[in-house]
Amino acid sequence: MDPIPGGREPRQQPLLDVRNLSVAFHDGETWGEVLTDVSFAIEPGEFVGIVGESGCGKSLTALSILGLLPPRGVRLGGAMLFDGRDLAKLSERARREVRGRRISMVFQEPMSALDPVFTVGTQLLETVRTHFKVGRREALERAVEALAAVGIASPRQAAAMYPSSLSGGMRQRAMIAMALVCEPRLLIADEPTTALDVTIQAQIMDLLIELGQRTGTAILFITHNLALVAESCRRMLTMYAGQIVEDGPVREILARPRHPYTAGLLGSIPQSSRRKSVLPSIPGRVPSLHEMPPGCRFAPRCAHVEPPCLVPQQLVSGRDWRKVRCRRAGELALPGAQS
Amino acid sequence: MSGPGEPILAVDRLDVTFLGRRRHEKVRAVADVSFAVRQGETFGVIGESGCGKSTLGRAIVCLTRPSAGRILHSGQDPFRLSARALRRHRRGFQIVFQDPNAALDPRMTILDSVREPLDVGSIGTSTERRRTALAMLDRVALSQELALRYPHELSGGQKQRANIARALVLRPRLIVCDESVAALDVSIQADMLNLFMDLQREFGLTYVFISHDLRVVAHISDRVAVMYAGKLAELAPAEALMQRPLHPYAQALLSAEPEPRVPVAGEKRRIVLKGEIPSPLAPPPGCRFHTRCPIAKPECASREPEWREFEPGRFVACHYAGTRLAGSMGSAQTVLDGALAGPADGSVPRLQSIRKGGDQQ
Repeated sequence: MDPIPGGREPRQQPLLDVRNLSVAFHDGETWGEVLTDVSFAIEPGEFVGIVGESGCGKSLTALSILGLLPPRGVRLGGAMLFDGRDLAKLSERARREVRGRRISMVFQEPMSALDPVFTVGTQLLETVRTHFKVGRREALERAVEALAAVGIASPRQAAAMYPSSLSGGMRQRAMIAMALVCEPRLLIADEPTTALDVTIQAQIMDLLIELGQRTGTAILFITHNLALVAESCRRMLTMYAGQIVEDGPVREILARPRHPYTAGLLGSIPQSSRRKSVLPSIPGRVPSLHEMPPGCRFAPRCAHVEPPCLVPQQLVSGRDWRKVRCRRAGELALPGAQS
Repeated sequence: MSGPGEPILAVDRLDVTFLGRRRHEKVRAVADVSFAVRQGETFGVIGESGCGKSTLGRAIVCLTRPSAGRILHSGQDPFRLSARALRRHRRGFQIVFQDPNAALDPRMTILDSVREPLDVGSIGTSTERRRTALAMLDRVALSQELALRYPHELSGGQKQRANIARALVLRPRLIVCDESVAALDVSIQADMLNLFMDLQREFGLTYVFISHDLRVVAHISDRVAVMYAGKLAELAPAEALMQRPLHPYAQALLSAEPEPRVPVAGEKRRIVLKGEIPSPLAPPPGCRFHTRCPIAKPECASREPEWREFEPGRFVACHYAGTRLAGSMGSAQTVLDGALAGPADGSVPRLQSIRKGGDQQ
C-alpha cells in the first residue's frame, strides 16, 4: 500500500478516504489550483451530499475520484484511498477496472452518457461484459434485471429501445441502471435530477435512496440544491472556491450551520413562511482562480469577517463529528433552517 | 377600449396550437386558458416542462399569435393593431428569458445592448438615450465600468441584470419573467428576486412570473396559476395555494418540492406521482391529469372537469377538488432512520434481490 500523507489510523476502514487532494490546471503560463486540501471519507453504504454553487469544485472532485481529468496539464496532489488502494496512483488499466465496476457515476444529462445509436439494452450488456466474463444472453438478463430494479415498468421492451425514444425521467432511470448493473461499492451522482421536473425528481430521489439501502452501495450525491440533501443524506459537505468548508451530519448542520457560507446558502432559499420578504443573499461572487483571496476564501463575501480571517483557514474537527473551515465558528451563532 | 376598471392583462379562453412535425399533426400547447391580472400584481405561473407556460408567456407579450381566444391589454386586443401601432404598443409589455445570453449580442457592449430598444424606437436624442440606459444600469447595480464591457466579461447574474435593465428601459407596464432566475445560483437568485420586488415598488410594474420552481413562484407572487398539459389546473392566492392546494396535481407538486430541513419522522408524507407528463401531441381524454392522478375515478377519463370557482377567489378544474391525497411514501430521512447504511453483514446483495424486495411499479 502507498504511504498515506497526513495519515492517522482511522478506527474503521472507510470505503473512500480522500486526503489532502489538490488539483491544479496549467493554462499555458501558470498553474492554477482549482481544488485545495480536499479531505473527506465515505463509509460503506453511506449517503453523503456535497453542496455548493457553480464553480466551487464539486464536479471536479468527482472527476478526480473517477480518474476522468484530462491527461495533460493537470497536477494532482494528495491521496484517494479506495478500499485501501490509492486511486491517484493506479495505472490507466487498473483504473478502468475500478471505474464502472467498483465506482460508477450518474450525470446530470443522461443523453450525454447514453449513445444514441445503440439500444439501451445493448449499452447495458456491454457494460456487464466489460467487467464480467459472461455470455451475451446472461448479460442481457442482468441488463433487464437492472432496468426492472430502477422501476422501469416493461424492462424487456425498454431494453430494445433507443435512448431518444425514452423520456427524460426514463433515461435517467436507464443511466442509474447502467451505473448499478455491476453492483458498485460507490455511486457518484452528479446533479442527477437537475434536468428533471420536480415530480420526476421526487421519483428519482426515492429510487436512489432505496437502491442505496438495499444494495449497500455508498452514494456521493453532488448537488446545488441544499433541500435535496436535507431530505436524502445523513452527512453533507459544503464546498466553496475549491475547498471543503463544512462537513458533518445534515441534521446538525441545518439546525446550526457553523460556516457562514453554509448559513448563507440556507438563508437564500425562499421559504413559504417568509413570502415577499427580502431574501438574505450573499454579496459578491465566487472568486475566479486569478483573484483567489490569500486568506479565508469566503472572507470578501462574509458578513463576519475580521482582520485575523485574512490568513488561510484550516478544516478543523470538532469533538462532535463536525468539521469547519472558519476560525470564528465557535463564537458565531448562525441561523439554521426554519422548523 | 382601455378603461380604468380594466385589468392590465386579460387572457380569455386562449388557445395556441402549433403544427406538428407530421402532416395534420397539431400540438395544442395552450388549451382554453382564462385569467386576469391586476395592475401592480405579481401573477405566478407554475408547471413542469411542456405544460405550455412559456407559450402562454410569449402569447401575453404578442410573440405568438393565439389560435383561438383573446389576449387583452387593458381591455384592448393588441393583435388588432396595425404593425406599426403594435410595435409601439409592445414597449409596454416586455419579457425576460431564462438564458442571460439570449438577449445580449456578444459583439455589443452592455450599454449598447441596453440602449438598443431606445435607439430602435428613436426615443429622445442620442445623449438622452445613453443617459437613460446608464441610469437604468445603475438602478440594477451595474456600474458604468461594467456597462462598457462585453457580455462574456460578465457573470451570469450580472448579465441577467443587464437583461432586466434592457427590458425596463422602455418603461414597460408589464414584464413577463420566463424562468428568469432559473439559471442562477441560489445566492444570486435571492439577489435577483429582491431586485424584482424593489423594481416593482419603484416603477409600479406588473409581473407574470413563470417558473418551474414552486419556491420561487410562491415567494414573489400574489396569486399563482398551476398549469398542467396546456390547461390551468388551479388558480389561487399564493398563500392559500401553499397551505391548502385543492387540485391533486397541485398537492403532488407541493409535496414533491424538497424542504431545506430535515423532516421529522412521520411529519410530511410525500406524494410520489407515477408515470410521465403526457405528450402534448396526444393529451389524455377527459381530465388531462387522470393518467397520473392517485384519486382518478372512471368518469375522470371521459368527462373533462370544468374550470370553476371553488371558493371566492379560488379556481380549480377537478371533479374531486379539495380531496386530500395521502402520501404514498415516508420521507427519505424517516426511511433512513429505519435502515441505517444497508445490510448489517456488509454483504452486497445482487440487484435481483432488490426487485424481489418489491418496487411499487
